[in-house]
Amino acid sequence: MTYTKRVDGRKIDELRPMEAKAGVVKNANGSASFKIGKTWAIAGVYGPREVVPRFMANPRHGILRCHYTMMPFSGSGERIKPGRSRRAQEISMVMEQALAPVIDLSAFPNSVVDIFVELPQTDAGTRCAAISAACIALADAGIPMKDMVSSVAVGQVDGMVVADLNYNEEAYPAIVSDIPVAMLHNTKEITLLQMDGEISKADLIKALELAKVATDKVYQLQVKALKEKYAVDNNEGKNDSQ
Amino acid sequence: MIVNKEAIAELAKENKRLDNRTLTEFRQPILIETNISWTAEGSARVQIGETVVMAGVKLSLEKPYNDTSDEGGIMVNAELSPIASPEFETGPPGIKAVELARVVDRGIREAKAIDLKKLCITPGEKAWFVIVDIIALNDGGNLLDVAGLAALAALKTAKFPVVDAETGAIDYKQKTDKSLPLTKEPLPITIYKVNGVLMVDPTNEEEKAYEARLTVGSDAKGTISALQKGGDMPLSIEEIGKMVDLALEKASFLRKELTKALKH
Repeated sequence: MTYTKRVDGRKIDELRPMEAKAGVVKNANGSASFKIGKTWAIAGVYGPREVVPRFMANPRHGILRCHYTMMPFSGSGERIKPGRSRRAQEISMVMEQALAPVIDLSAFPNSVVDIFVELPQTDAGTRCAAISAACIALADAGIPMKDMVSSVAVGQVDGMVVADLNYNEEAYPAIVSDIPVAMLHNTKEITLLQMDGEISKADLIKALELAKVATDKVYQLQVKALKEKYAVDNNEGKNDSQ
Repeated sequence: MIVNKEAIAELAKENKRLDNRTLTEFRQPILIETNISWTAEGSARVQIGETVVMAGVKLSLEKPYNDTSDEGGIMVNAELSPIASPEFETGPPGIKAVELARVVDRGIREAKAIDLKKLCITPGEKAWFVIVDIIALNDGGNLLDVAGLAALAALKTAKFPVVDAETGAIDYKQKTDKSLPLTKEPLPITIYKVNGVLMVDPTNEEEKAYEARLTVGSDAKGTISALQKGGDMPLSIEEIGKMVDLALEKASFLRKELTKALKH
């Protein structure tokens, strides 16, 4: 069995349908909802605010903390027990590292910017959706940023290099690799890179090139979501995105 | 948060509130969306005013408890995620989350709203267990009533997953068209006493200005299935009577909103 056509009929660089919205959590300083296929992430940013516990405070600059949480009913199998799993802890850490390079917290010593991401439903690509949502939320909160971070998984299914694998592709009975990537828009530098599965070096480079195209589509949507929230309503109502 | 307790208390005496509602009026909008999560057997997002809560139902097959070997079970859990309020912290549920979950749980359990015997497949061996998870997404006040409505909406729309006849394994990706054996529609409503008068559906500010509160869980017939008094001040029997009347009226109002939403 060779993989010649994607299970859901998409083109190799085609992402699942996406939706993004800024300003979805009233109490948060910034927030966003990001959907890709059946994966949904809601991010809320609080801060800069005082660090608790105090020993984490840095007198030179503010710190960034991410908290990734799958809702107990958001997995495609059994209920997920609440509480921070090893998986959630690791994802929270790589999220921080994916976002830290673009934000400048030098003006906020001894403070913290907390990002909470809740996922009501998932179908692969959750950490990428979490990062893409978090980045919109950071911008919505007015945190000083040098660039946008856009994230999507790329990978290889039985020799075919594709963008945005869904669960059925991740579970395809052949050699599969799943590579979540986060990319900075201006420099095309990579701030998140992980992989499950197996891949050749040639296919890895090909996949990372594909990530440029794929993350750019996410970027366009992130900017559109922010513009929609902050667009000034000039005479004619319709916004002018695209 | 800076709370103008005096202003809230004075206005309450004149049947007025900071947001121009009357004391017995719920906030608007009241939005109820169901099937918001494809991975849950049933789910809902409920918004009242600025308060937003999601609830999801998961089913599993377990061995019944020894003392109720011919029954399944139900459990309600709540997470007051720090995304919902600057006052919520990370970590295991605090007392506010525990109280909320237990009061919603009691309202459903004690009303016998779910026929637990119908959840049993093989006595002593296998029965369905229902877990409702409530996640606060934005705390604009009155989380408990909003959570109770979300939990009922999720239970009402839940469908059993397909079970493989040979292996007995659950295929969570496929749902049957069979609903839960829900026989009643219990809803919790909390009545607040502020400056001696009664108030419903408080904002976060109003929540910090009360003397006493009473949550009343009730079904469509007006049978009470859960009570929880809170706050540092006492309540008279007469006040409790008035609070129950108001709670039953408001439960019936929200039940109608739910019926309307499920028709669409």
